[in-house]
Amino acid sequence: MTSLVALAMGTTRSGRQILSDITLDIQPGSVLAVVGPNGSGKSTLLRCMGGLLPITQGTVTLCGRPLNRLHRTEIARSITYVPQETRLDFAFSVREIVLMGRYAHRGRFERLRQSDEEAAGQALLRADVAHLADRPATGISGGERQRVLIARSLATQAPFLLLDEPMASLDVVHALEILELCRSLAADGNAVAVATHDLNAVYRLADRVALIDAGRLLAVGAPSAVLTSENLGRAFGVRAETLYGSCRTPLLLFHRLKTATGDHS
Amino acid sequence: MVALQKVRFYGLLMTLVAAVSLAAISIGSTRVEWGTSVQVIAAKLLPFWFSLGDVSHADQVIVWLIRVPRVVVAAFVGGGLAVAGVLMQGLFRNPLAEPNIVGVGSGAVLGAVIVFTSGLALRFVLALPLAAFAGALFALAVVYALANRGGTTPISTLLLSGIALAALLSAISSLLISLSIVNFNVAEEIVFWMMGGLDSRSWTHVWVSGPFIVLAVAVSLYYGRDLDLLVQGEETAAALGVDVEASKRMLIVVSALLTGSCVAVAGVIGFVGLIVPHVARLVVGPSHRPLLISSALAGAAFLIVCDLLARTLRPPTEIRLGIITAAFGAPFFLLLLVRKYREVSLP
Repeated sequence: MTSLVALAMGTTRSGRQILSDITLDIQPGSVLAVVGPNGSGKSTLLRCMGGLLPITQGTVTLCGRPLNRLHRTEIARSITYVPQETRLDFAFSVREIVLMGRYAHRGRFERLRQSDEEAAGQALLRADVAHLADRPATGISGGERQRVLIARSLATQAPFLLLDEPMASLDVVHALEILELCRSLAADGNAVAVATHDLNAVYRLADRVALIDAGRLLAVGAPSAVLTSENLGRAFGVRAETLYGSCRTPLLLFHRLKTATGDHS
Repeated sequence: MVALQKVRFYGLLMTLVAAVSLAAISIGSTRVEWGTSVQVIAAKLLPFWFSLGDVSHADQVIVWLIRVPRVVVAAFVGGGLAVAGVLMQGLFRNPLAEPNIVGVGSGAVLGAVIVFTSGLALRFVLALPLAAFAGALFALAVVYALANRGGTTPISTLLLSGIALAALLSAISSLLISLSIVNFNVAEEIVFWMMGGLDSRSWTHVWVSGPFIVLAVAVSLYYGRDLDLLVQGEETAAALGVDVEASKRMLIVVSALLTGSCVAVAGVIGFVGLIVPHVARLVVGPSHRPLLISSALAGAAFLIVCDLLARTLRPPTEIRLGIITAAFGAPFFLLLLVRKYREVSLP
């Protein structure tokens, strides 16, 4: 049984409660979208689920074992996290960057094995950056860089993928490619969690949505059940109008809710 | 770089180190024949296979007791500073970090000055390297804590905190020196030592610094792959399986150990840790293990040459070694800085 489960999880940073009472599981074979306003705790949620930030309440367990009892390499073989931004000041080639995904699979002085090369090669192809393999990563565009980072996390072959705003810096086509990539990874049996601001992409991207507001889980479930006008009004202070396009995917149109103070609560 | 190319490049660098060493051992105020130098070294290292033959006692002393230890110390210090530079550039995720620029050199100097002025340096040999190491460790920890912003060190905070800390530590050093100026000999010794130099370095200095430097370089190589990931950002490194805190702690201690050992036997020698890794990176790329190996070898060759220049340019006086490396290094650093800012200001 593989599962990544947060139970009544909470975390504080410098005395401020960032997340509280989050109970959520990331299931193999499906995509979970994590949505919420800026500063609501989406990134923090992903980081806590990846064991990258300490939690102060509750537990996060990987296959029944608490994350804080596992060694980093052990976590890295199961959970991979793609941060929103990575600085690339050093001119590693794209292939070298992607091969870094194999860190947790190799001994310190072990040579690259066939399996490492294959994992990296497939990751390069799958993220559509194979043609960049020998280019220095300092000289590629923002969108290409995002796909390289995704390729690196694919090279880890970890069954749990946590992606923080993977489509934020991408053009329409490449954003769609990432969306399809997430779907196909889930179809292969991986568990994918994606933090995103693009509420309209959620219908096509995710099987389930977790809506976070001010560090609390407001709702979780199927997109059509979570992205209701009432929920979105509470979280974002917008009125959502649902239109139906030709492909039968709902399309949300937002209007700012005017409150007495001009602010939402 | 392909494996075979890399091995060839290391071979080339080792040959270079051997060649400049031989040159530095043979050239000087008293010229020694190349063959004689080789014969003395071979006979001293492998006494059962080679004999000293008819080499004069004076040549033996010049080669084995004066020039060889000096060249060996130069090689250790040059390699050690270059490796320290690589480590700091990796730790700070910034290709412009260097022991002296980030104030670590000044920390080592303060430690050494305390030992000099208190007279401890005369009482036991290890006092100087230990104090220099402690000073370097202190300075590095402070600068790292000041400059680190959520896992990255912006160049402005790095340079500013490095400059500020260096100024503060140098002021304390100067205060101690000026208080001890009544004892002119001690003050003169310190001032000369601060400009860096390898004059009259003996086998004692080799034994005092060599083991630490070799150990530190070995540990750095062990952490080479962690460094590759650390320069991608701490969070990324952790996500990919690096025990970030443990690696960082170890690398900080190792860089301080390197800087401390080098400062202890050679005084302040700037810019080796900046120039050498940069040139090595141009050839072998940013991957840390080949970068560490080639920087260590190239640093050794570079400092042996600089020291040869220091003692032969204006005989019979020696030019301080720190002056020579700064004369090469400072313009190089400015060039890098200008290029870096051009890159950043591009749209």
